[in-house]
Amino acid sequence: MSFLGHRSLMYKQGSSHSQDPMLKRDCFEDILEERRNSSDLKYALRCYAPVLYKGVTPCKANMLKNIVLQSDQLHYVINQVSQESGEAPDIIQEEASVILEEMAHRLQISTVRCFAFALSKAFKTLFQHVCVNEEGIQRLQQAIQEHPVVLLPSHRSYMDFLLMSYILYTYDLALPVIAAGMDFMGMKFVGEMLRMSGAFFIRRSFGGDKLYWAVFSEYVKTMLRNGFAPIEFFLEGTRSRTCKSLTPKLGLLNIVIEPFFKGEVFDVNLVPVSISYERILEESLYARELLGVPKPKESTSGLLKARRILSEDYGSIHVYFGQPVSVRSLAQGKVNRSTYNLFPRHIPRKPMEETQSFVNDTAYRIVRLQEDNMVLKPWVLMASLLLQNLEGLELSVLTEQTVWLRGLALSYAAFLDWPDQAPTAKVVSSSLALHRGLACVSGDRVSLVVGEPLGPVTPEEALFNRAVSVLSCASYRNQVLHVFLRPAMLAVAMHTAASSKKNEVYNCFSFLWDMFSNDFILCPGDTDFEEACYLLVKTGAVQMPQQDIVMTDIGQPTLSFFNGLLEPFLQGYQVVCRYLCEEASEGLTEKQYIPAVRSFAVKLILAGSAG
Amino acid sequence: MASDSNSSESQRIAQQRLRIIAGHLQKHKDDDSGTIATECKAEANKGTVPRKRQEIMKWNGWGYSDSKFLFNKKGQAEFTGKRYRLSGMVLPSLQDWFENTFGASVNHKSPATPALNASAVPPASLNEAFVEDLKATGIPFSHEAEDRVFRAHGHCLHEIFALREGKKFERVPDMVVWPNCHNDVVKIVELACKHNVCLIPYGGGTSVTSALECPPEETRCIVSLDTSQMNRILWIDEKNLVAHVEAGIIGQDLERLLNESGYCTGHEPDSMEFSSLGGWVATRASGMKKNVYGNIEDLVIHLKVVTPRGVIEKSCQGPRMSTGPDIHHFILGSEGTLGVVTEVTMKIRPIPEYQKYGSVVFPNFEAGVACLREVAKQRCAPASIRLMDNEQFQFGHALKPQVSSIFTNFVEGLKKFYITKFKGFDPHQLVVATLLFEGDRERVLQHEKQVYDIAATFGGLAAGEDNGQRGYILTFVIAYLRDLGMDYYVVAESFETSVPWDSLCFSLLLSFFRVLDLCRNVKERINRECKERGVQFQPLTSCRVTQTYDAGACVYFYFAFNYRGLADPVHTYERVEHAAREEILANGGSLSHHHGVGKLRKEWMKESISSLGVGMLQSVKDYVDPDNIFGNRNLL
Repeated sequence: MSFLGHRSLMYKQGSSHSQDPMLKRDCFEDILEERRNSSDLKYALRCYAPVLYKGVTPCKANMLKNIVLQSDQLHYVINQVSQESGEAPDIIQEEASVILEEMAHRLQISTVRCFAFALSKAFKTLFQHVCVNEEGIQRLQQAIQEHPVVLLPSHRSYMDFLLMSYILYTYDLALPVIAAGMDFMGMKFVGEMLRMSGAFFIRRSFGGDKLYWAVFSEYVKTMLRNGFAPIEFFLEGTRSRTCKSLTPKLGLLNIVIEPFFKGEVFDVNLVPVSISYERILEESLYARELLGVPKPKESTSGLLKARRILSEDYGSIHVYFGQPVSVRSLAQGKVNRSTYNLFPRHIPRKPMEETQSFVNDTAYRIVRLQEDNMVLKPWVLMASLLLQNLEGLELSVLTEQTVWLRGLALSYAAFLDWPDQAPTAKVVSSSLALHRGLACVSGDRVSLVVGEPLGPVTPEEALFNRAVSVLSCASYRNQVLHVFLRPAMLAVAMHTAASSKKNEVYNCFSFLWDMFSNDFILCPGDTDFEEACYLLVKTGAVQMPQQDIVMTDIGQPTLSFFNGLLEPFLQGYQVVCRYLCEEASEGLTEKQYIPAVRSFAVKLILAGSAG
Repeated sequence: MASDSNSSESQRIAQQRLRIIAGHLQKHKDDDSGTIATECKAEANKGTVPRKRQEIMKWNGWGYSDSKFLFNKKGQAEFTGKRYRLSGMVLPSLQDWFENTFGASVNHKSPATPALNASAVPPASLNEAFVEDLKATGIPFSHEAEDRVFRAHGHCLHEIFALREGKKFERVPDMVVWPNCHNDVVKIVELACKHNVCLIPYGGGTSVTSALECPPEETRCIVSLDTSQMNRILWIDEKNLVAHVEAGIIGQDLERLLNESGYCTGHEPDSMEFSSLGGWVATRASGMKKNVYGNIEDLVIHLKVVTPRGVIEKSCQGPRMSTGPDIHHFILGSEGTLGVVTEVTMKIRPIPEYQKYGSVVFPNFEAGVACLREVAKQRCAPASIRLMDNEQFQFGHALKPQVSSIFTNFVEGLKKFYITKFKGFDPHQLVVATLLFEGDRERVLQHEKQVYDIAATFGGLAAGEDNGQRGYILTFVIAYLRDLGMDYYVVAESFETSVPWDSLCFSLLLSFFRVLDLCRNVKERINRECKERGVQFQPLTSCRVTQTYDAGACVYFYFAFNYRGLADPVHTYERVEHAAREEILANGGSLSHHHGVGKLRKEWMKESISSLGVGMLQSVKDYVDPDNIFGNRNLL
């Protein structure tokens, strides 16, 4: 992998990976096209013979369980737990077996074929295109044969893992085993179907449960070490309801990397996968969930009700399989593997500090790679503009500004899917048509659509409806944030800094960086400030004479757009701070906190003192 | 003897000593048991190694000048000479194997420079005062270019490659001295200290760690101290089963001479044809039959070492002592940095009544390792047990001599059919373990059954004595084969390590061993590094488990590649070996099991034994040799 060297090289130039002018992305193929032209049944029943990791014979699910239950690793923990609790080891062993039963997948090809058939039908009605970069598939195929592969897709929708398995089946690649949250288990039938298509289920939290952790980690490692199947999980841990990447969770990543550190495998390939939806199925659900309407519990009947979704057009999906990232290359010079040599390999140990920070860096890097290859639709740019003009704006102005923003996004290496041939007006109008639930054109003005419930409404209800549409729209703006984030933070820092002295701007930037490190994907150790300067200078918005950073004559539109872009996030923090200063009482619990902030914000908005 | 004094006292002592010797000789005639003693210089030199080594040995390759592999006019491989079992034989399958494995061709030769170019050798810078004093002692010495160059290197790839290419030497010894006994060494070391001359002890010259290379920064006169003429067995004590031997003796002479009296040491490192007793001590050598006889540190009872501070030796030969840290362990593995080992008292054993080779074929390497682990666990390892991987198994097959009778060919064919077809072994997966049993006949047969029974539980299939014996023959000729490879653009080297077992077995198909992980990862690392460094052909990487212990195993790697198209093959080779060593260390392997550190692996010493550990060794060096007379700069 040239990934590391490449990155550090770019740093020296004050730039970053994503701004590499030479950055080449693969072309997409629409896999639905063939489905529309040939029999789905034949497709579901076709010969499926994927290449495997160094020619291993795939292991039956039962054998896999036996291996885990007999492992020295698990026995060690069983004895430990037995000594601590006073229970007989047999009983603990039985417990372990129950845990494993609850967890383990039962991948079988017949279920996969059923899914292949049903999903073909569903995808064809829901989506215009499902596009996949075939070069990425070829790289993956190569990687699967060489080293254990871990697939790390972005997570925006329930569709993600069905889609992943569907694609791998389509390309005759080894089907992954997928770490899924226990919530699905609630759906009896569906849960079992998923299990048989390769999902294994893990509890959402099992902090102190040593035995659970041991069974779980040994299960995953056994699959990895023997290369029985690629392992797939979501670094973000859960679906991002806002469409901006969530900060990664490290537990599973730690588990899949450890066999490399212990020398049990030569290398592990991490494959970032970016799944971009033109429209997300859960679009309005998410907005409501964010506003405190409880998430509907996963249930089979709920899923059936969701069928009405089938009648809508959800545009296209782009799935980009990124360059496999070799853990070995990443760890070169960062982790001293020989420190693992002084302990028996079957005794679980907390990862060392050096390892922890390596895993953390790796996780952030992968999420950034996911972001880099997210396909952005023109609508994403339009949504960003609409949100800065909530009162609406002229169609011609919107079109003009969209074109301007497109140029900016492209010069920051955004992966924009802009129809080449179509005139701009056409692009804008067809985007508006697809998202007619979110924005409408009346007369010559484009504005957000706010749901109008029947009958009289309270001001709170009206506000709620308005918030739903703003948040739905924001979920599109959020998709482009990673492209603009660093320059936008610099724009805000320039705006707030007392002078144009570089070090003062830098201090403001660092403050924002710290504050936003939970909101956005900001890796410690990255040269974000340099990157931001480079980008703003490159697009001519800023110049840096000696020790100063100043706006250029033509910089105004860019900087004010960037200020507007981050404004809502800053306001969010302001509201929370005000709440904590003005209203919060002693002994506020985490559970009370979010609803309390929410109603505080409502109060402020209705009183007219906040946007 | 030292009787230049006129005092009657010393005459009395000398006479008494002669009487004792006469008594010994008398006794020896009547009765074979008892002590056989020889005095310094009392006997003519019967060793294999002459002072002018180049008279019988290659100056730019391995072993005897008369023994070498070559492809004859028909393109068939042949091993010349009369010394080995393979000598004079035609090896019909070697050419195919060689060409297929390396992508080499017998038509593409890379011949060596025919003779040493004396002008490429830096002139000797002699310390005249030292030479004058040395002349007075009568100890023979030389400063001829051939003698000096011969002792300027060991058998690392880069050393042999440089010789073959006729490269200019940066630094070679300025002179060579041949002490004849302990006292000669004492005199030489005293003179070296007096005149501040750098001494580099030279035993068999089989080092593969750059230990014999002269440090280029050394400005003093460098004297190579060749121990080859100190090659006598001074006495054998049959009561205590020990022999007192001069440390310059080489392995084959030691065994041969002891055999004449019905004994052996059982210490058989793969290099025993040429390596010396003193060298074994200085590098912590290991012999293939260590399961019965032990490694060098188990065999040594007493050492005599000449250092700049004087002679180190213990005052008794008790079999074990609790007298603080064992001072022998400062010497064992000191790699010539502290002094010269001159005499060693070591354990001997009666020659075993019965010896039997054997071999077992396993379906794959994993099964083989699992079996070796079980054998080690049950502590029933034969004198030697080695597991070759599939690459080495195929290599071994390529060395099969032309079969004379149709019948043996037929039997071999049947055997092959049985193993590959009937038993379902994949010829590209199967591996072979070679065995050597020793002891009295009944016990050997019993032992053999026990080992074969264990092997059977791991899917192992007995594959005959011949295959076993061929495996051990391979060990002695493999170094000759490297020279053949180098004639055709192929460079090769071996390296070794020791590693814990860390076993975890579920079934025959599924076992996890740190040993296996290490083998796989190192091979893969080599392949990857070769690719990245522009090696055009797939390299050969092969390994074998050569020793088993309770807590782990010794693994030996062979690595070779066709270097056509590379500008600097030796540099490429060195980078790859370096990466392979890092991989070994990262996977829990040791820096070395028996080759030593020399200068090749110095950079990892701190990491291996901690900086405090390095400090401890350094303080010993500083005390024993404050002026760095033994200045080969190995180890630290």
